[in-house]
Amino acid sequence: MTTILVVDDSNSIRDMVSFTLKSAGYNTVEANDGVQGLSKAGDNTVDLVISDVNMPNMDGITLCQELRKLPDFRFTPILMLTTESSGEMKQKGKAAGATGWLVKPFNPEKLLSTIKRVVR
Amino acid sequence: MTIDLSQFVPTFLEESFEGLALMEASLLDLENGDSETINSIFRAAHSIKGGAGTFGFSDVSEFTHLVETLLDEMRDGRRDIKPIDIELLLESVDCIRLMIEAIKDDVSFEKTKIEQIARLLTETLAVGVTTAKSGTVDPKDNNDNLVVDEPINLQESSDEKVKWLIKFIPEHHLIQTGNDPLLLFNALADLGEVGVVGFSTDLPSLSDIDAEEVYLSWELSLVTTASQAEIIEVFEWVEDECLLTLTRVASAEAAIKNVAAQPYVETQASIVSAEPAETARTAVVTNEADIKLEQTSVASAIENVSVVSAKTSEPSSPTKAKADAGSIRVGVDKVDSLINLVGELVITQSMLSELGNDFDLSKIEKLSSGLEQLLQNTKELQESVMRIRMLPISFAFNRFPRLVHDLSNKTGKAIELITQGEQTELDKTVMEQIGDPLTHLVRNAIDHGIEPAEVRLANNKPEKGTVALNAYHQGGSIVIEINDDGGGINRQAVFNKAVEKGIVDVNSTLTDSQVFDLIFEPGFSTAEKVSDISGRGVGMDVVKKNIQALGGRIQVESKQGIGTTVKINLPLTLAILDGQLVKVGSETYIIPLITIVESLQVRTDFINRVSGDMVLYRLREDNVPVIPIYKLFNIEAVITEVENALLVVVEADGQKIGLLVDDLLAQQQVVIKSLNDNYQQVEGISGATILGDGSVAMILDVPGMITMALRSAQQYQPHNHQAQPQFEGVQP
Repeated sequence: MTTILVVDDSNSIRDMVSFTLKSAGYNTVEANDGVQGLSKAGDNTVDLVISDVNMPNMDGITLCQELRKLPDFRFTPILMLTTESSGEMKQKGKAAGATGWLVKPFNPEKLLSTIKRVVR
Repeated sequence: MTIDLSQFVPTFLEESFEGLALMEASLLDLENGDSETINSIFRAAHSIKGGAGTFGFSDVSEFTHLVETLLDEMRDGRRDIKPIDIELLLESVDCIRLMIEAIKDDVSFEKTKIEQIARLLTETLAVGVTTAKSGTVDPKDNNDNLVVDEPINLQESSDEKVKWLIKFIPEHHLIQTGNDPLLLFNALADLGEVGVVGFSTDLPSLSDIDAEEVYLSWELSLVTTASQAEIIEVFEWVEDECLLTLTRVASAEAAIKNVAAQPYVETQASIVSAEPAETARTAVVTNEADIKLEQTSVASAIENVSVVSAKTSEPSSPTKAKADAGSIRVGVDKVDSLINLVGELVITQSMLSELGNDFDLSKIEKLSSGLEQLLQNTKELQESVMRIRMLPISFAFNRFPRLVHDLSNKTGKAIELITQGEQTELDKTVMEQIGDPLTHLVRNAIDHGIEPAEVRLANNKPEKGTVALNAYHQGGSIVIEINDDGGGINRQAVFNKAVEKGIVDVNSTLTDSQVFDLIFEPGFSTAEKVSDISGRGVGMDVVKKNIQALGGRIQVESKQGIGTTVKINLPLTLAILDGQLVKVGSETYIIPLITIVESLQVRTDFINRVSGDMVLYRLREDNVPVIPIYKLFNIEAVITEVENALLVVVEADGQKIGLLVDDLLAQQQVVIKSLNDNYQQVEGISGATILGDGSVAMILDVPGMITMALRSAQQYQPHNHQAQPQFEGVQP
């Protein structure tokens, strides 16, 4: 089963993303900041990471950089969940090794159809 | 598939309130804070904006966007953090809270204030930024966030099928960011019918191939009703890492025919170059795309339907998102321990019921150990359930930094707020009820307690006044202290006022604590002028009443020129009480364990009969008035002689009395049933409980009994001031 790591410091957003993914039959692992995300990424087989950008302790960009250093995560798709639609933020994410971005506010159908571009 | 997200609205609202509280606290602390402080404020605003947008609360997200932009400029150092901006941000926090509360209660909110603050924010954003960039992004950014780009698609897409030719030449490193061409093609297949042709012209020789790079390029045909924007969107994450051309070819049946023919060609093309890793991939691509082809038309039709239904349901969803106000957030560990305990309970239950199946006397030992286990389980379960209702008192303390900040501005007094013991846990109901009395007391401390700076300096005090809130456990109760280093209570002024109001006789001799207690009398107010801060028509008498309603006590200690401490004692919980069962005549009473100082056998030589029926008992250096319970409640007694009875010394409000009882029974936890609800208020009784044998026992209201005893004592010796000192509070 496809496992998706959802990293967000906001409970409501994390719950929603996770709920949406679970409804579509994905398995999810949740973390509430980059530090926890990194540790959960190490403990689980993860097929996709969806992470918020602005988080305490470790932000999403740093998480992405750190994940890319792990052998298991060199090719794992990492999507940044962001409200910033500015090119600058996308550029930053790309530079850190992010696969793509999801722009908040997201709608569940769109989330599912979009992530099909990176997970089987 | 439609997914209803309205179930997450309550979480969002709760989280927003937490976020707002954090913003407020951090804003107040911004002057002392570091870069993380402003970052955390920004993050909170950012989360609120994101969530509000997701749930369609556009008022909130638009407003919060302005706040966020301002914070972003501060965070980047593009804008200096000025006190006036902090004030504006604090006001903005209020506005957001107002809107969120309105959403929670499902009511509309007053727009005037919000519009006014929004205007101020916009004005602030328009000026004072060194770089031109940020101010101008707003409207566009806003639209992006709120509308996404669907309207464009809707306009462009039509029922007519269009054929597109897509050339896709990725850069070699494409897959290193996790993007996989195959999946992109699959996503395209969701839009319509796809044909794929792979080209291997860039493929290097085998020895030069890096398995982690992409050397292939593709030409795809897509027959779809989707708009150009939708097609481009599929490639949005790889736009910068590929060469992409999109050409509109023709429409209608001709296109479909072409597609039918093409997969065949592709497959051949990919077979030609069947060597390295990436090529194998291509083969898979085409095959899967083929399979997809057969499904797409049906699949896309279904998808379209679901999107439409999602659209129509959207406008109605925000209104039904009504939050349940009575929710409680509980740590997972607490729930886990409950589940554990219930598990144990089930085991005990099954053990007992098995025992009962064929019970004989030889198993009596097993039964008794089973029952003991049941007792243990029940006790632990009860404790765990109570723990669920417990919240750290920081929930009640959180509002004070802002309150003190605002009052400090209003009164022009510099004030430092110190809070201690924020982690002390308190029952949720008590917490909810204690907020207002505490607010009143803090307002009082600032308004009446702390002196103006010039007076403080003249009295050799630091210019900055201090108000301290402290919470801690003491026995089975929780103590909250509100302490200020202000001028203290003017004893004489209080006394004079009380005399003037006819509350006390001008000739009465009162101790300090008795005088200070007068401020809790109804209608008492010593403020020379009623200010808009504390003079809101709610007096200290209401504060006292509220606290008493919670089963708590309030006391004031004050030293002129040094400061005032108000001490509130509250029960940990309202539902259960640790009690000492005592026997008086045929009745069983319960004395709250927390009030008991000690229980003792009466020694004849310590008995001191003052006059009439009044008996004092010498307890070390104290003389404690002895109150026979049977007399107080007018019941049949078995033991009437003081010498033969037992004495339970209880204390409340710094006053000790000895209760005469026939016998001490067990100590146990009792569930409090209100007398008010079931019968009526009885003086000296705070409630009742049902004992294990089914009988009803009254719970004694010790402070009430002390008042009763004091009253009857005064009746007995109206002129004997000699006797008065024994009733004076023993000041802790």
